Amino acid sequence: MKKNILIIGIIGISVLFVSWWGNSNKGALNSSTAEKVYVAPGEHDEYYAFLSGGFSGQLAVHGLPSGRLFKVIPVFSQDAEKAYGYNEETKPMLNTSYGFIPWGDAHHPDISQTNGELDGRWCFINENNTPRIARIDLTTFETAEIIELPNSAGNHSSPYVTDNTEYVVAGTRFAVPVPQRDMPINEYKGNFKGVLSFVGVDQDSGEMDLSFQIMMPGFDYDKAHPGRGKSHGWMFFSTYNVEESHTLLEVNASQRDKDFIAAVNWKKAEEYIKAGKFSTMKTKYAHNVYDEHTQMATTTMESEVRILDPSELPGLVYFLPMPKSPHGCDVDPSGEYIVGSGKLSANVTIHSFTKMIDAIENKKFDGEAYGIPIINFEDALAGVVKQPGLGPLHTEFDNKGNAYTTFFISSEVVKWKLGTWEVLDKKPTYYSPGHLMIPGGNSQKPFGKYMVVLNKITKDRYLPTGPEVCHSAQLYDISGDKMELLSDFPTIGEPHYAAAIPAEIIKNKSKKIYNLEDNHHPHVTKSEKDVKVVRNGNEVHIYMTSIRSHFAPDNIEGVKVGDKVYFHVTNLEQDYDVPHGIAMIGANTSELLIMPGQTETFIWEPKGEGVWPFYCTDFCSALHQEMQGYVRVSPRNSNIKLSWSLDDE
Amino acid sequence: MKNINKILALGLLATFFLSSCGGDGGDKTTSEEVKVVETKEIDPMQDKGIGPITSVDISGKIDDALASEGSILFETKCTACHKMDKRKIGPAMTGVTKRRTPEWIMNMIMNPDEMVKENQLAKQLLMEYMSPMANQSLTESETRAILEFFRQNDI
Repeated sequence: MKKNILIIGIIGISVLFVSWWGNSNKGALNSSTAEKVYVAPGEHDEYYAFLSGGFSGQLAVHGLPSGRLFKVIPVFSQDAEKAYGYNEETKPMLNTSYGFIPWGDAHHPDISQTNGELDGRWCFINENNTPRIARIDLTTFETAEIIELPNSAGNHSSPYVTDNTEYVVAGTRFAVPVPQRDMPINEYKGNFKGVLSFVGVDQDSGEMDLSFQIMMPGFDYDKAHPGRGKSHGWMFFSTYNVEESHTLLEVNASQRDKDFIAAVNWKKAEEYIKAGKFSTMKTKYAHNVYDEHTQMATTTMESEVRILDPSELPGLVYFLPMPKSPHGCDVDPSGEYIVGSGKLSANVTIHSFTKMIDAIENKKFDGEAYGIPIINFEDALAGVVKQPGLGPLHTEFDNKGNAYTTFFISSEVVKWKLGTWEVLDKKPTYYSPGHLMIPGGNSQKPFGKYMVVLNKITKDRYLPTGPEVCHSAQLYDISGDKMELLSDFPTIGEPHYAAAIPAEIIKNKSKKIYNLEDNHHPHVTKSEKDVKVVRNGNEVHIYMTSIRSHFAPDNIEGVKVGDKVYFHVTNLEQDYDVPHGIAMIGANTSELLIMPGQTETFIWEPKGEGVWPFYCTDFCSALHQEMQGYVRVSPRNSNIKLSWSLDDE
Repeated sequence: MKNINKILALGLLATFFLSSCGGDGGDKTTSEEVKVVETKEIDPMQDKGIGPITSVDISGKIDDALASEGSILFETKCTACHKMDKRKIGPAMTGVTKRRTPEWIMNMIMNPDEMVKENQLAKQLLMEYMSPMANQSLTESETRAILEFFRQNDI
């Protein structure tokens, strides 16, 4: 009996010990943090997040809270995986006034809005190097349009959509001679110009149109934010280098205590345009549109732009002084506060829209610059967040009246209260954050649950991969009083900025296939009985189809050395997630990756006689390995007739 | 005893060698596997399949206009894989209405993913042809037209 009690006792103690050991090993806090980012296999994330691919030129689609990467949408750079910029259909997307440009520097994604709320129709993103704005269709998750901005250089303060997606904007970061001309660099001051472009968006088709440009003084226009709600109709641009220095800006553009935020009344601009108070300038810029109907992109070269001169048009632009080379320029969800972050400052300075309007009405000005009134600093000032950190950059907002600002130099995010300007919380980031993003955090309706911080420096956060390491995003839970770091996840390129939207708003609109009936590609083949090969001089056009798991035709003869062979391949599948690829030995382009119901084209110029194979590159069925074919290439002077077949028929 | 062990080991090796090098038996293996799965006999003309179609009224005479509409749809959506009189990627279509119910035919066209997973006849076809029936996203009325084309063809 005693023995039994002893045994039971030992078992009991062991159970207790094991359960204690188990708990302490897991850690109560850790387990709840992990649960917050865990999305079980087969389940979906709560948010789509669109992260700029930075110098990759592309746009990455991640899920939140998991951070998982779903897709890289090719936008400003060629993508051999998807044939974007390689196939005949999408090559025109990368045309510019400088010719075909295979690479771009993508910066700031921004989702379209209606009444100041995210509507999920389109995502816009700017290109910094060869100034452009792209529109991504959020039913296909493909780039639908790219418009170039003439007279601009370093398209940084862009695209930033207005409350009803009336406009996306593009302010030039680098002042340049407008129009471009041969002149001494040191004659910059007073001669170089900074152009602000307003690009209208058609509410049905989404198509963009360069509505007008405002010819501003030669400052650097860095960031922009549309007015919201009460300040709808205004656009705010931060500036630096009001010194108009042309060299060693690191020192020479930091001479003055204050630069400006340029407040542009775009409703006034519309009135001036209507009244004909613009000049028309000859210029050249490319406008590239992908037509889903014909599955082809076309380039139109435009030749004119309407210019507004703010020194001659009263009420169009005002300058709000802002300390220490401001970078971020962010407007809160109510539209009342304009937050400026002097990147060499320790403070965050906030202007009041109401006070700004009052100062304008009562002419409380402190001089002017190039004919543009400068509003008296104190008369627009709403408040200052005092010394929350070092090097403030960007601010986003939650739905409870709080603001969140990144501090690059002191590597942290600071949460502070709008109106009282008190600091509520500070959390370190790893390391040196640039932008941060709260879903809807730049609109009238933020979703204040998560915050993504986009860090500029990664160092030791992941397994090392040689000198080059990934960029790092960090996810915080901001639903409570204090911010809580949940996870790190790697990103492509350098994610300058991001935009996120609740998944329910767009996931059910996501296209599954392209209807074959609606395919009006000029070289479509809708049935195997219509496949053909046509010679036109030394051009050979192969009208081919693919379906699990064969190409029709798969044997082609009569091609000669020196021919230019076009493969026009239509994927006849009408089922979700059954793309087919095609690759040809020796083709100097890329593979094609063709979605169901789609037609794509690549060119092959055979250089030698022989029998050359092609095959499907995307594993499509159990008989994918059998999805292959041959092209016979004969000498230039051969008499072999053009012929094609499948199964010798 | 030792010898017996050796013989046993050799025998095992030989079996392994023979079975792993039995090169050309591919077709045979497939048909054997098919037999293993055939657990019970089913009457195909009683099987309506799985999917949106539970009953089709084919009591009337052939609707020629509908059949010709079906013929055009068959040409564009089906001929990449099916011929009427000869096996291609999938089976020949002539006689299909004599060996399958109209409901089964329509469900196979409209709901192939579930059919090849859950319906025994469809599963057997997948094993025989190895290429899954493609879902061509046809509507019920389009599918009905194709059925009418098959019926007309089978008169």
